[in-house]
Amino acid sequence: MPKTNSAASYCLGIESTADDFGVGILSFDGKVLSNANNTYVPEKGGIHPREAARHHAEVAGKVLTEAFERAEIKPQDVGLVAFSQGPGLGPCLRTGATAARALACYLGVPLAGVNHCVAHIEIGKLVTQATDPVTLYVSGGNTIVSAFEAERYRVFGETLDIAVGNCLDVFAREAGLSQRRGAPFGAIVEELAKKGKTFVSLPYTVKGMDLSFSGLLTAAVNLLREKKHRLEDVSFSLQEVAFSMLTEVTERALAHTEKPEVLLTGGVAANKRLQSMLKVVAEEHKARFCVVPKEYALDNGAMIAWTGILAYKSHITVPIEKSFVKLKWRLDEVCAPWVEG
Amino acid sequence: MLVKKGAEANLYLEEWHNRKVIMKRRLPKKYRIRQLDKEIRSQRTVHEPHIIHKAKEAGVPTPTIFMVDVAEANIIMEFVDGKQVKQVLNDLSPEERLRLSRHIGELIGRLHKHGIIHGDLTTSNMILTSHGKVVFVDFGLSERSMELETRGVDLHLMKRAFQSTHYKYARGCFEAVMEGYANVVGEDEAKNVLEKIREITRRGRYVSRAR
Repeated sequence: MPKTNSAASYCLGIESTADDFGVGILSFDGKVLSNANNTYVPEKGGIHPREAARHHAEVAGKVLTEAFERAEIKPQDVGLVAFSQGPGLGPCLRTGATAARALACYLGVPLAGVNHCVAHIEIGKLVTQATDPVTLYVSGGNTIVSAFEAERYRVFGETLDIAVGNCLDVFAREAGLSQRRGAPFGAIVEELAKKGKTFVSLPYTVKGMDLSFSGLLTAAVNLLREKKHRLEDVSFSLQEVAFSMLTEVTERALAHTEKPEVLLTGGVAANKRLQSMLKVVAEEHKARFCVVPKEYALDNGAMIAWTGILAYKSHITVPIEKSFVKLKWRLDEVCAPWVEG
Repeated sequence: MLVKKGAEANLYLEEWHNRKVIMKRRLPKKYRIRQLDKEIRSQRTVHEPHIIHKAKEAGVPTPTIFMVDVAEANIIMEFVDGKQVKQVLNDLSPEERLRLSRHIGELIGRLHKHGIIHGDLTTSNMILTSHGKVVFVDFGLSERSMELETRGVDLHLMKRAFQSTHYKYARGCFEAVMEGYANVVGEDEAKNVLEKIREITRRGRYVSRAR
């Protein structure tokens, strides 16, 4: 059993599931000391897993140093290393995992393998003080409606094909738009949508509790190609349909579980229109509406560190030789004994 | 009189031309823009009676539809007098319980054979009339599909409903359902679906429904 630094208990968490390489340092009582990040921005097209992984390997040292400097602690003060073990892109996950294993080995401290989706929920709860929410987690890679029930975060609804963030990204790319640092595709589409006036009908696909966005994307792209409608109107319609679908499924989960809060997180959580829709639903069901602030809603190292701490306190760590990454690790495969429920 | 408040629609028990009827109203949602809201509610108001009719053609008793008001997203249908299977199942004699479960399985088999997925198979959505007929209600989440996955999910929900509300008899009841199901769709097809249900259960995705 590796030793644990009991005098100074800090956890360092590494996030590297997709285009972000993040390192967060938290104290065991949940104080965020630092949350450093470096995002891979492709010159054109989407995320190429190998290129993103190369980026992560290049910036890893820099981001780690930054995290330690901002936290004002030394590596020796770290008592636990956590990393995102999945789900995500293989090469990216492996890069983060390699760094985490090396660090844990070098420091002689335990290693915690964290589920990325669980981490989003846990950090959301920590920063918004939500206790037992229905969570809508919406990003470029995930679209999940979840709530805790009997030991696990259960998936009440999810996308059957692409994630809603991916739908917006591809739409923007097809429209010939380009993203910049600080202005991702989602924000650009949101700005365009604000100038939309006319609603154009698009396919609305909710199957029971599950969602589908691929048909919606195709239809929206076809509308663009027809050139009969303004880009602003198509953006507006796309958002309205996609977000109404998300809100409907969230409302169903809320009506069913009667949870006291709605938690919105992930990259798409920054969208004001989506926020306003969920707020209406939360109020109607007398639930508190919590939006996770951007720093913690986007992929980040702090969420991995915090979830690593929770797991560690429940005696869940992973030996280095068993710390393989899990590309398709589902949220509801994770037993979460640290949650009271 | 409001009898059920759902996330998507409300059910009212009303008097209509000297009959007791159920009025299903899909209320506007404030979070959606008006145009989309209207589209969704109209589309579903048309879809549901259509599937209810298709179910009848497949030989599954469903409520008679009296009126569809697309503009108001209202459906007026027969009030099926009887008891929810949920209320009676536990009190039946063992033979009666298995007979009823087998019959339910046959009805589900008929739906699936005709590409109808109910989408919310629970014992509260099945009414046992005084004549011993079982009527399936609430096709609000239904869809048309012949896929093994959707049929598996449909029956998995049924299984979960037994486990949560009739846990003492869950195993026997579900086996009887599958027996009746196999009588209609054939042994091979039933085996495929059963295997799919096992896979879905392993995924651990569905939660027992509190009802």
